[in-house]
Amino acid sequence: MMDFSQIVPALPALADGMVLTLKLLAMSVAGGVVLGTLLALARLSSLPLLSGLAKFYVNYFRSIPLLLVISWFYLVVPLIYTWLTGSFEPVGAFTSCLVAFVMFEAAYFSEIVRAGIQSIPKGQVNAGYALGMRYDQVMRLIVLPQAFRKMTPLLLQQSIILFQDTSLVYAVGLLDFLNAARSKGDIVGLPHEFLIFAGAVYFVISMGATQLVKRLQKRFAV
Amino acid sequence: MMLLEFDNVTQSYGAAPVVDAMSFALADGEIGCLLGSSGCGKTTVLRCIAGFEPLQSGDIRLAGQALAKVPAHQRPIGMVFQDYALFPHLTVSANVGFGLKGWARRERTARVAELLELVGLADSGSKYPHELSGGQQQRVALARALAPKPRLILLDEPFSNLDVDLRERLSREVRDILKREGMSAILVTHDQHEAFAMADKVGVMQQGRLRQWDTPYRLYHQPADRAVADFIGQGVLVPGMVSGPASLSFELGEFSGQLPDELAAGDAVDVLLRPDDVVHDDASPLTATVLARDFRGTVFHYTLALPSGQKVLAQVPSHHDHAIGEAIGIRLELDHLIAFGR
Repeated sequence: MMDFSQIVPALPALADGMVLTLKLLAMSVAGGVVLGTLLALARLSSLPLLSGLAKFYVNYFRSIPLLLVISWFYLVVPLIYTWLTGSFEPVGAFTSCLVAFVMFEAAYFSEIVRAGIQSIPKGQVNAGYALGMRYDQVMRLIVLPQAFRKMTPLLLQQSIILFQDTSLVYAVGLLDFLNAARSKGDIVGLPHEFLIFAGAVYFVISMGATQLVKRLQKRFAV
Repeated sequence: MMLLEFDNVTQSYGAAPVVDAMSFALADGEIGCLLGSSGCGKTTVLRCIAGFEPLQSGDIRLAGQALAKVPAHQRPIGMVFQDYALFPHLTVSANVGFGLKGWARRERTARVAELLELVGLADSGSKYPHELSGGQQQRVALARALAPKPRLILLDEPFSNLDVDLRERLSREVRDILKREGMSAILVTHDQHEAFAMADKVGVMQQGRLRQWDTPYRLYHQPADRAVADFIGQGVLVPGMVSGPASLSFELGEFSGQLPDELAAGDAVDVLLRPDDVVHDDASPLTATVLARDFRGTVFHYTLALPSGQKVLAQVPSHHDHAIGEAIGIRLELDHLIAFGR
C-alpha cells in the first residue's frame, strides 16, 4: 500500500530543492539567452572566422550529451577558476552546473535567436542605416526587439525543456527538487511515493507552462 | 556646384553590368527621377547613393565630397523605402524621431511635432504603424527620412503600394513638402506620370544605361533617341525624308524646324507624331479614317489610318464623337520636329 503521508513533513526540504531548481533555471536561461544572442550575431557576421567559430561552437555543444557537459564542467570549472584568479577557494557544484547549462543551452538559444534575426526584413536594417545608426544600434534598437518578440514562445518552450533537464545536476550531488525528493524518499524508506510525487510536480509545472506558452503564441500571432 | 554628382558609375553582378557607365548631376533643391521598367538598374543606383551597395567603379560625390568610402550610416542621406520599412515596434513619433539620436530631448520633441504637422499627422504620434492606412504610413516614412535634415532624400518607388487616386494626390503632396523644405531628392519609379508630376529632371534608364537626363518637357518634345521616344508618352513613327537643312517631308506634307545635326538632306528618317500633334480639323483637306477609339473622359484617343494605310494617333476633344470607319479631317501642328535617322 502506498503511503504519501510522509511527504508533508518533507515539504520544506523539497521546497528548498525547488528553489534551487528554479534559481538554476532562471540564471541559466538569462545567461544562455545573452550568450546565445552573441553567438547568433557572430554566426551571422560577414567575417568568416567569427561565423566559423560560432558555427563550430553550436554544432559541438549540440552533438554531445548534457550529462557529459555537466560532469566535465564540474571538474574543469574549478581548475579554470584557480588558473584565472590564482585563488584556491572552492567554486562549488552550483556554479559549475550554472556555467555548464549556460554554455550548453546557449547553443540551442543561438539557433532560435538566429532564426528570429533572419526573420526581420533587410529593409528594417537599411532603414536604420539610412537614419544614421551604426550596426550595434541597428541591432539593439531595431532588429533584436522585433526578433525577441517573435521568438519569445520558442525561447520559453526551450526553457521548459531546460526546467526538466536541470534534474541532471543530481550527477554532481546538487540537491535540486528531484534529488531532494529522491534522498528524502530513501531516508524514510518510501522511494516510490516520493518519486511519483516529484513526477506529478514536474508534470503540472511543465504542462501548465506549455499551456501558457500556447496562449502567448496565439496573442503574439495577431 | 552640383549637390549630387553621379560620375561614370558601373556596377555588375556576374558578367552583365546592372548600371553601365552612368553619369548625371542634381542641383541643390532639385527633385530628380530615374524612370525605367523593372530590372533597368534604377534601384541599384539608389542603393549605391544610399551606401547599401559598395561602389565598384566610378564616383559619387555629395556636395563635392566623395562617398565611396563613407559608410551608409554616416551619409547625410535619407531614404523612403518601397514598403516604407517603418519600425513596427515603435510608435509613429518614435519612428519619426528615430534618426534624431543625439539631439536634446526638447529639440527632438519639437522636430517630431513639426514634421507630423507637415505631413498632416499631428494627432497620430502615439499610434503604431499598423494602425495607419497605406497613405499615412507613406507620410510617416517621409517625415522620418526628413527629420534629421539630410542633404538629400532618396525615394524608392514610393507610391507603388497605393491606389491610383491616392498615388496622384500623394505625389503632388510629397513634391510640395519637399519643395517647402527646400529638400533635394531622387525618386525612382516605373510610372511616367509620377515622374512628370514629381520631378524637375527625369532620367530615362534602360538596361543599366541612362538614355537621357532632362526636364520632362524636353523628354517629351525632344527625346534623345528612339528608346526614349518609345518609352515617354505615346506616338507613332512615320517614314519620311529630310528635304532641306531644316525641313523634312512625309505623307502629310513638308514641315520645317530644327533637325538633329547628323541628319542631311536626302536621309531617310522616321518622324515621331504624338497624339497631340495630330489636330482634328473639319476644314482640312487631309482626311483619315477612324480605326479605333478610346474615350478618356476629357479627350478621345483615335487611332486613324492615313490614305496610305499608315496609322497615327490623334488626341481630340471629348465632344468630337466619331464612329469607327468614319473619315475625319486632320492637320498637323508640329511645334517640334522629332526625327530619327534610319
